[in-house]
Amino acid sequence: MIARVWTRAAMAAATVLLLAGTAMAQAPALPAAPRSAPQDSGALRVRVQGTLTDAQKNDATLESATKSVASQLRCPVCQGLSIQDSPSELSQQMRTVVKEQLAEGKSPQEVRDYFISKYGEWILLEPQAHGFNMVVYALPALLVIGGAVFLIFIVKKWTAAPAAPTATGAGAPTDDDDAS
Amino acid sequence: MNWKRASIAAAAAAPVIGLFAWGLTRDPNNIPSPLPGRQAPSFALAVFAPGQGGVARPIGDTVRLADLRGKVVVLNFWASWCLACRDEHAALSAVAATYEGQPVQFLGVLYNDVPDKGTAWIAEMGGQSYPSVNDPGSRVAIDYGLYGVPETFFLDADGRVAFKNTGPVSAGMVRLKVDSLIAAHAKSGGAK
Repeated sequence: MIARVWTRAAMAAATVLLLAGTAMAQAPALPAAPRSAPQDSGALRVRVQGTLTDAQKNDATLESATKSVASQLRCPVCQGLSIQDSPSELSQQMRTVVKEQLAEGKSPQEVRDYFISKYGEWILLEPQAHGFNMVVYALPALLVIGGAVFLIFIVKKWTAAPAAPTATGAGAPTDDDDAS
Repeated sequence: MNWKRASIAAAAAAPVIGLFAWGLTRDPNNIPSPLPGRQAPSFALAVFAPGQGGVARPIGDTVRLADLRGKVVVLNFWASWCLACRDEHAALSAVAATYEGQPVQFLGVLYNDVPDKGTAWIAEMGGQSYPSVNDPGSRVAIDYGLYGVPETFFLDADGRVAFKNTGPVSAGMVRLKVDSLIAAHAKSGGAK
């Protein structure tokens, strides 16, 4: 009896983990990391040479901001790539637009808003957390909580004390015998 | 059979199946544009292919969208490397020729290409009745939210984006859109 209960509990746990895993897989992916490592940035050159001007420091800051914004924008001619990671010509041109707008003094949000006004919210790799989009963020957590509640409920039900054996059932072999 | 369990399982599966079924009815390549209904992004681009007849523009002449106010504008983004552009070219060029003398401006915009190749392509295709301009750096293409070619934008006489078509256009569709925009402009008193 005990062995059977634990087998069923393990199966339920595996089901919940599978559900949770599926739910987490549906969660919006974080923006892809920039292809170039931070070591490539101008900031490192500043530290190594130690003699760079304010203009060069501003260049490094601009480059870093460009990578950050470009990593959040979807390449329109690719499958699931950001314009930072895509080698396509259109992505390169879009990165140039990002850089120019940041250099003009626009904030990262203003640059993102520009692309949203042209391509719609589809252009963002990570949906904005408002309105119907909240479903994408809330659903995985709700599935995990729901799975946990289901698991607790079902394990409690399976491990509940069995009903008292009837007179006719006395002496019959039990699962406890198998488990020993 | 445990009908209670079966009905719970069916109730749980129904929304998922419904979601998948709804997804099958949608074209994943069709990305809705936020531009229709809005003012069209302005541009000033240089002509590299003059077009023919009365609508011809000299090579190097600058076409400004602001100067086309009062006309219906058909803006067709194309490239010499684009196979689908070959499918629509003859129909688009022929339809454009029939609107000569009317308040309509057809304009080709070369996307991610070089004018020499564009000119050679037009010659290979037997000519183009309307002028084409070059878009260096795809600035205008990005302003119009382009993600492929061909894409065609129909602008009303007030400079608003009325409709966007992704993929090759047909002669019938172009006529339908242009005629409706001319009629709307005339109705509003613009063609007086």
